[in-house]
Amino acid sequence: MISQSISEQELHAYADGRLDATRRAAVKAWLADHPEMRQAVAEWRIQGEQLHCAFDPVLDEAVPARLTEAAKPASRLPLRMAAAVAWLAVGGVVGYAVRDSAPPAPQPSASLARQAALAHAVFSPEVRHPVEVDAAEETHLVAWLSKRLGAELKPPRLSAQGFELVGGRLLPGEAGPVAQFMYQDARGQRLTLYVRRDAQDSRETAFLYAQEGGIGVFYWLDGRFGYALSAEMEKSDLLRVATAVYQQLNP
Amino acid sequence: MNRQAIVAEIPRLRRYARALTGDAVRADDLVQDTLERALGKWSLWRPGNLRAWLFSIMHNLFVNQARSPRTVEYPGDEALQELPTREYQGDALELRDLTRSLAKLSEEQREVLLLVCLENLSYEDAAKVLAVPLGTVMSRLSRGRERLRALLTGSELAETHLKVVK
Repeated sequence: MISQSISEQELHAYADGRLDATRRAAVKAWLADHPEMRQAVAEWRIQGEQLHCAFDPVLDEAVPARLTEAAKPASRLPLRMAAAVAWLAVGGVVGYAVRDSAPPAPQPSASLARQAALAHAVFSPEVRHPVEVDAAEETHLVAWLSKRLGAELKPPRLSAQGFELVGGRLLPGEAGPVAQFMYQDARGQRLTLYVRRDAQDSRETAFLYAQEGGIGVFYWLDGRFGYALSAEMEKSDLLRVATAVYQQLNP
Repeated sequence: MNRQAIVAEIPRLRRYARALTGDAVRADDLVQDTLERALGKWSLWRPGNLRAWLFSIMHNLFVNQARSPRTVEYPGDEALQELPTREYQGDALELRDLTRSLAKLSEEQREVLLLVCLENLSYEDAAKVLAVPLGTVMSRLSRGRERLRALLTGSELAETHLKVVK
């Protein structure tokens, strides 16, 4: 019989193999005289083995692509350089400099892309009411959205990229109203520009790209606004439009 | 932070999330949110235990989801019983008992039990991941283990057992 007392914590540490040799021997000796606790410790160990039997197979499953994608750092190339690269890329794949060791940069939250894609998915298929205010009333549209977002807002012209303004609408965002401008090309392909009032401090980030259920989104922060351009388009085509948007917003 | 290091943690994150939520899709959603959050916050990461850091991000997301009204509940007995039953005996039956019993633990107990017994985190790391004192980890571990033992050996599962194997 061991006179020394054994704490419950030590019993767990014993079951988990986390005691040094001295304490392990002491607990083992104590357990020899306490069959009930010995039984409990044995069952705790069996629990651990059962957990491994039940869930270790997950370790051998193929990792879904969406998870490896999510672990990919977005391009940290400065925005202006990205724009320059985009102009140079003629119909080809745009090269992205992805550097693991890049210095920390402000990041627009992924929720910006998600919210924008969601709004795109909801309104872009609309035939009768794609927008609240038609592009024909652009002056009114601009004044209204600027007033609601509390900052001057101007929809970029994308005619050179083949897209005409359809109009805009106001949406509820996570932290206040959000503006959505919709554009359409001759084939009826639509893209939406989602503009959110962000933090007060002036920040600029790289273009980030996300895909949400077939909708591609380029999003970035610039000054007080967060922008997200969404469309069901090839990434390189969408980048071309995003670059044009960025350049018009920063003449 | 290095991308390969994060990618290498994905299988572990998936295993933990699967055991935690009991649902493969919800688990992978949780892993995806964790990875996105980790990349968003990577400038805050200091060299150290990357795995524990990722688990702590997952813990915060899990707790917030559990608080949100849209939470998908841990699958109930009904869902689990849709699995084919007749050909399963022995190990498979035990496994299902285990999954069902885990679902009956409180989220707090389940988290500690899985971090320690499945993910083999030290008690100290588990305390850091969950942002609770070490003593809390130990008491949750103790209660979780005893409750799981009672569920697996006791009467609480006996009725469903009969239903399953009849």
